[in-house]
Amino acid sequence: MFRYIVKRLLQLIPALFGLSILLFFWLRLLPGGPENTLLPDDASAQQREALRESLGLNEPIIVQYGLFLERLGNFDFGNSLQTGRPVMDEFTTRFPATAELAIAAMLIAVCVGIPLGYFAARKRGSFLDSSAVAGSLLGICIPVFFLAAMLKVVFAEKLGWLPSAFRLDAGARFTEITGFRVLDSVLTGEFDVTASALGHLILPGLALSSIPLAVITRMTRASVLEVLGQDYVRTAESKGLQPTVVRTRHVLRNAMLPVITAIGLLTGSLLAGAVLTESVFAFGGIGSFIYESTQQRDYPAILGFLMLIAIIYVVVNLLVDLSYTLFDPRVRVR
Amino acid sequence: MLQSRVTRLGRTALIGIAGALAVSLAGCESERDTGDGDRNETEPFVFGVPTDARTLDPIFTTDGETFRVTRQIYDTLLDHEPGGKEIVGGLAEDWESSDDGLEWTFQLREGVTFHDGEELDGEAVCANFERWHNFEGAYQDTNFTYYWQNMFGGFAENEEDVDTEEKFRSCTADGLTVTIEVAEPSANYPGAFSMATFGIVSPGSLEQIEDDEITSADSAFPDYTQEAGVLAGTGPFKISEWDHGSQEITLERFDDYWGDNAKVKTLIFKTISEETARRQALEAGDIHGYDLAAPGDVEPLKENGFQVPTRDVFNILYLAFQQETTPEFADLEVRQAMAHAVDRQRIVDTILPEGGEVASQFMPPTVDGWSEDVTTYDYDPELAEEMIADAGVDGLTVDFCYVTDTSRPYMPAVRDIFEIISSDLEEVGLSIDPKPMEWDQYIPATNSGKCSLYLLGWTGDFNEGYNFLGTWFDRPSDEWGFENEEIFDLLSEIDRTPDPDERAAKLAEANEVIMDFLPGLPISSSPPAIAFAPDVEPMDVSPLTQEVFADVSFAEE
Repeated sequence: MFRYIVKRLLQLIPALFGLSILLFFWLRLLPGGPENTLLPDDASAQQREALRESLGLNEPIIVQYGLFLERLGNFDFGNSLQTGRPVMDEFTTRFPATAELAIAAMLIAVCVGIPLGYFAARKRGSFLDSSAVAGSLLGICIPVFFLAAMLKVVFAEKLGWLPSAFRLDAGARFTEITGFRVLDSVLTGEFDVTASALGHLILPGLALSSIPLAVITRMTRASVLEVLGQDYVRTAESKGLQPTVVRTRHVLRNAMLPVITAIGLLTGSLLAGAVLTESVFAFGGIGSFIYESTQQRDYPAILGFLMLIAIIYVVVNLLVDLSYTLFDPRVRVR
Repeated sequence: MLQSRVTRLGRTALIGIAGALAVSLAGCESERDTGDGDRNETEPFVFGVPTDARTLDPIFTTDGETFRVTRQIYDTLLDHEPGGKEIVGGLAEDWESSDDGLEWTFQLREGVTFHDGEELDGEAVCANFERWHNFEGAYQDTNFTYYWQNMFGGFAENEEDVDTEEKFRSCTADGLTVTIEVAEPSANYPGAFSMATFGIVSPGSLEQIEDDEITSADSAFPDYTQEAGVLAGTGPFKISEWDHGSQEITLERFDDYWGDNAKVKTLIFKTISEETARRQALEAGDIHGYDLAAPGDVEPLKENGFQVPTRDVFNILYLAFQQETTPEFADLEVRQAMAHAVDRQRIVDTILPEGGEVASQFMPPTVDGWSEDVTTYDYDPELAEEMIADAGVDGLTVDFCYVTDTSRPYMPAVRDIFEIISSDLEEVGLSIDPKPMEWDQYIPATNSGKCSLYLLGWTGDFNEGYNFLGTWFDRPSDEWGFENEEIFDLLSEIDRTPDPDERAAKLAEANEVIMDFLPGLPISSSPPAIAFAPDVEPMDVSPLTQEVFADVSFAEE
């Protein structure tokens, strides 16, 4: 197992190297450069050119890439041009927000999607089944930003039940340990902050969960349907096993493998793809930062963030792969 | 049996979820509950801003959102009257310049204390100016010291690649008197002394940061500029926390402020980058005010009881005619025809927020030097069509660049403005080739003269006409592509005229010459909209967007 993990992590190196080449050269193909947003509207062409020069953007691109790699060797992604802070600091201050939001969305999707998919399959053709199928179709079709805006209008503006933005109310004081507000406040016993952080997670979490929820529901349903038709289920039932045992140990457990794969892939995409939800709810995670960095041609920030996300994506998928062994004893890692 | 178990499980789960929800809602409620006391003392005033500040040392930036924060913390030698454009005393209660405009003497206020307890005197002011003048290495990059270089020139020792001429000569202190000597007179003085970028910090802070240098040339700010509590100013608020993750800056009232104390105890600037999200946060009560409201949101907000006070205009949007790229534009008749073709009143009436107005020249009427006698070009499509035909350019195809990914205070809803102008120009016989671009492409394209027509503008830094006209017309440039020595000479002369009244008279003359020559068409001046909750007593709103947050408070119930 240990060798397997090390091997998988070592595979990251060529993947990251390839990604860095692609990103580095693609980014430079974008028209414009950071000098246009770093200086005021009245800056002259000469002043903008001088800034390009001082940022080293006029060096041959191979030289720039070489310098980038040299820094990367020390795990230094350089400094964000828009904030003037190290890219790594920007990432570590923003990542907990995105991760917390992704976890909330995934929890909603898993806790609702798996039971819903399971019961829809069990009661195939029932009202529950058709509602689940129609609902999941709707979940995939409704654009996230639209759903987010609607949830905000109804539950924050009209009903006033939930906050419309942020991770906590502005000015709320708490003790920060990891940057994960829910976890930190539980660790320090500041339970009013825990409640507030959870309250702030509900609407963005719901909005962001729409697609994973739909996918998980449909996959669970399809997978359970397939397993229900398998010989071993019939055998288990005919030899008189308790229905609960059949359903949990034989059906659900076997049906979970494709669902787990989907969860792994969806979690990865949630980490990178929460841009709209983060913007609508002013959540301040990495998605909105990458968007702003792209607008401003903040090369170091875009490169650093995307590479760090790639690392996290690989690690999440590795964990998912490892979790297969819990569900299917036939899967053994080597 | 299974069924009943599932039902039981489901019920337990439901109760659990409902419980968790109730706890969280109660938590939110308790956090919002501000008790019965004076709200100004117990509740933070939260203001939504489009971007986070970049640095707490204002010398290093040109960014308006940084200045919105630092202006509350650090005072400048001069200031603008609250809600107005006139220059008034800041840390200096009195000031004068020598007749030749080379020596500026400031009499500082007595009894001004920095947030770290130090007293303000002339030495403290000079320590700041000397520090800026002696910047070395990467500090001399334009992205760190753009305004210093534009207003006070180069440095004591310029680095090899810096060719900005030195304008600052010396700063001499004598008790509470400060004399600043410059190499040549400039229309930028005294306005430059009111710029937030030249906020004064305490000598103690300067000693503390002496060794904290910018070590790399890739735009990293020194650590001290990112932490609350290192730099001490003399403003009505002191910074207590900057949460980079939440993009939230918290300021606390400074009780020993030399002027009237701030009305609210705690002021928070909270970043909400999306325009709609800012409006929704105000409507939901999560913030108490925000700036740069979309023009389309102003009326609905007002109808729902929110306050949207109107600022005086202090910016200009113009349509540039690039004469080198399109040689046909070198013909004055063609430029005049285009000016007559555009229905600017329609743009003001249908797109701009209340308070917007058609511009008759390249500066708003609020600025000294605005002239009543400029040539005006009324909307007259028939005349325009005739002139286009006379000039023989009927059917001429021209590139019209516009920006797609951003708006500016002087240019809200860019696409709508572009569409009105395009259809007006096509109406009179020109053929428009639209060139949509992101800001990042747009600026290099307009800077290098690649666009025949384009929309740009400017918001003044301070009440000085040269700050508008000099930005565009003091030299030949690729942005405009024309040579007109009369205009260039006139503006150079204005820059060297120290007397403000004399300068205003010359600016009026320059406006008249420019509008006869018509290098572009001034379109409009437009006040950026600022919004407040119904239960707020707003401060006087400023045409320069330099609101004094010490004057904002919650209304008494």
